[in-house]
Amino acid sequence: MIYPNSKTILEVRNLCASVSGTPILKNMNFTVKSGEIHAIMGPNGSGKSTFSKVLAGHPDYEITSGTVMFEGKNLLELAPEERARAGVFLAFQYPIEIPGVGNSQFLRLTYNTVQTHRGKEELDPLEFDDFVREKMKLLEMREDFLDRSVNAGFSGGEKKRNEILQMSLLEPRLAILDETDSGLDIDALRIVSKGVNYLANKDNAIVMVTHYQRLLDYIVPDFVHVMEAGRIIKSGGKELALELETRGYDWVSDEYKAASRVAA
Amino acid sequence: MSAVVQSNSAYLQSLLAGQHNVATSKQVWLNKLRSNAVETVSELTIPTTRDEEWRFTDLSMLTKVSLQPAHAAIQLGSADIKRFHIKEAATRLVFVDGVYAPKLSNVVAKGIAVSNLAAELAINSVILQQHLGQHVANNGNVFSALNTAFLHDAALIMLPRNVAAKTPVHLLFIATQKEVVNYPRTLVLADNGCEATVIEDYVSLQDEAYFTNAVSEFVLADNARVNHIRIQREGAKAFHIANCAAVLSRSSNYQSVNVAMGARISRYNLNIKMAEGAECSADGLALISGRQLADTHTCIDHAQPNGTSRQLHKCIVGGGAHVVFNGKIMVRHGSSKTDSQQSNHTLLLTDKAHVDTKPQLEIFNDDVKCTHGATIGQLDNEEVFYLQSRGIEKSRARNMLTYAFGAEIIERIPVASLKRSLERTVLEQTSTQL
Repeated sequence: MIYPNSKTILEVRNLCASVSGTPILKNMNFTVKSGEIHAIMGPNGSGKSTFSKVLAGHPDYEITSGTVMFEGKNLLELAPEERARAGVFLAFQYPIEIPGVGNSQFLRLTYNTVQTHRGKEELDPLEFDDFVREKMKLLEMREDFLDRSVNAGFSGGEKKRNEILQMSLLEPRLAILDETDSGLDIDALRIVSKGVNYLANKDNAIVMVTHYQRLLDYIVPDFVHVMEAGRIIKSGGKELALELETRGYDWVSDEYKAASRVAA
Repeated sequence: MSAVVQSNSAYLQSLLAGQHNVATSKQVWLNKLRSNAVETVSELTIPTTRDEEWRFTDLSMLTKVSLQPAHAAIQLGSADIKRFHIKEAATRLVFVDGVYAPKLSNVVAKGIAVSNLAAELAINSVILQQHLGQHVANNGNVFSALNTAFLHDAALIMLPRNVAAKTPVHLLFIATQKEVVNYPRTLVLADNGCEATVIEDYVSLQDEAYFTNAVSEFVLADNARVNHIRIQREGAKAFHIANCAAVLSRSSNYQSVNVAMGARISRYNLNIKMAEGAECSADGLALISGRQLADTHTCIDHAQPNGTSRQLHKCIVGGGAHVVFNGKIMVRHGSSKTDSQQSNHTLLLTDKAHVDTKPQLEIFNDDVKCTHGATIGQLDNEEVFYLQSRGIEKSRARNMLTYAFGAEIIERIPVASLKRSLERTVLEQTSTQL
């Protein structure tokens, strides 16, 4: 939701990034204020997922120019774990399976690590157990979730719910959801969306990266952006997503090219 | 018997010295078994890397260490070995430098016979003669022949028909002396329809060089079910060479997990021979670092139809260590409907860590289902990044993933306290190695 006098959480200026020498992001500009929900859409290969990984600090991407400020800090100077502790959260498109590491053990470790770095109290196993079970109710997760290995043998929907559970534990200022809707059936989509909506408040912000309008029926964005060739070529309100759904992306691309020619 | 046998290898001759001091038994067959083994040894040499079976494992270091047969065991108190106790295993046989230590052992097994061979020789001579040394290959195998040449005692487990042992049996082999050879020996006779869990455990109380040359034989009658857990956690400078033969009768079930983390050089040969409808698993984990070498050779022989075998062997190699895995699956003529799966995954933690792995499928039958696969790799950067993105430091993330890689095997051990203590060891190992 757009609030008056909200603070800027994320400010990306002229960001360029490449992977193995191939430029992917080309002069990306993007600003997020607290309380806002953004959707980044665009065809395959437009750089949406790269952008979300770059924000989280994925080591495969090289930043060639530009700046990213997160709550006044230079985000690009921080290691991935420092970004997480500072309040950046990336819900993965394909969450990693870690057989052999119990989910409850993993969740408690991440929670306590982040808490400690924020100068807050850690929870012992019993306290954490009560705490996490409360959070699990929100996402309608079965209790045996905690006893299983991290994501090992989880269905697509269970993995995504586990991501949002982690989001609820880590209480990020900026949550980036990378195609969280892909591979979800309607039921799982409803549950995941309900969780995200519950966690959204006036102090944090959410950036959804998605192909489909479908997710935006459940999590209503304040802003919709279209990415192409590594930059945002159009921004609008939630109605833009509906227009994309019926008309596709080509017209946005044409409009952008025409505007570029006029500018030139 | 004459023990003056000229070995063609001076080294073997030095190892055989002292053999004739071993008390001869009243059992003529046992004396014969030993003297045959001495003859076999005298016809063989210590294998070199020119032998196909030893291509990757160079034993020249072993031949440079002067070794004697272990002398009378030093006295240990139960406090000295308490840390090796496995809570669930009420029955424990302890061998110190290969010699049975009744005071450290604890036999409470009801309905099953757990004893040392020396005590059972007279009573069970017929059945012992039938099995002892009859399943492990002595021909061409200098190490099993050496063990048999020195055979005078053994851990013996006899499981009667249709009896289920309620608790695991722990066979604890402790090395306390340096520059000696220990010859641990195990014989497990599982009668029709029985069930048991046997833990074979090799530990050390010192860090100097010594040589453990072990032989185990598992004989499963029809429908018998045996879990065999083998933990090799020898001292850092030890040499450990072991031969295990498992012979599976109709519809019997042999589940084995083998963990190798100790010794400077270790080699484990596991040979499983399967009759009709038998099932087996032969899982393993080698976790080594520094300059260690761990070599695992397994052979699963589907000698008859309808057998099922599963094998997951994993290796975690740090430092400049070297791991070897050779997994042979044999499906003989007529062994139709064989169902076999093998996979071998190796995690190399450093640039200097080294692996030689070779799946070896010999299939002489059409109507079978056999799959195998092998991967070798480093930690996956995506997995490390995932953990980092949750606030976990990179080094800790790497430790967790390494641990998790090995834990998949540890989790298959059906003894909770042993599983937990090995998990702790793996965690410690993986956090210091990186």
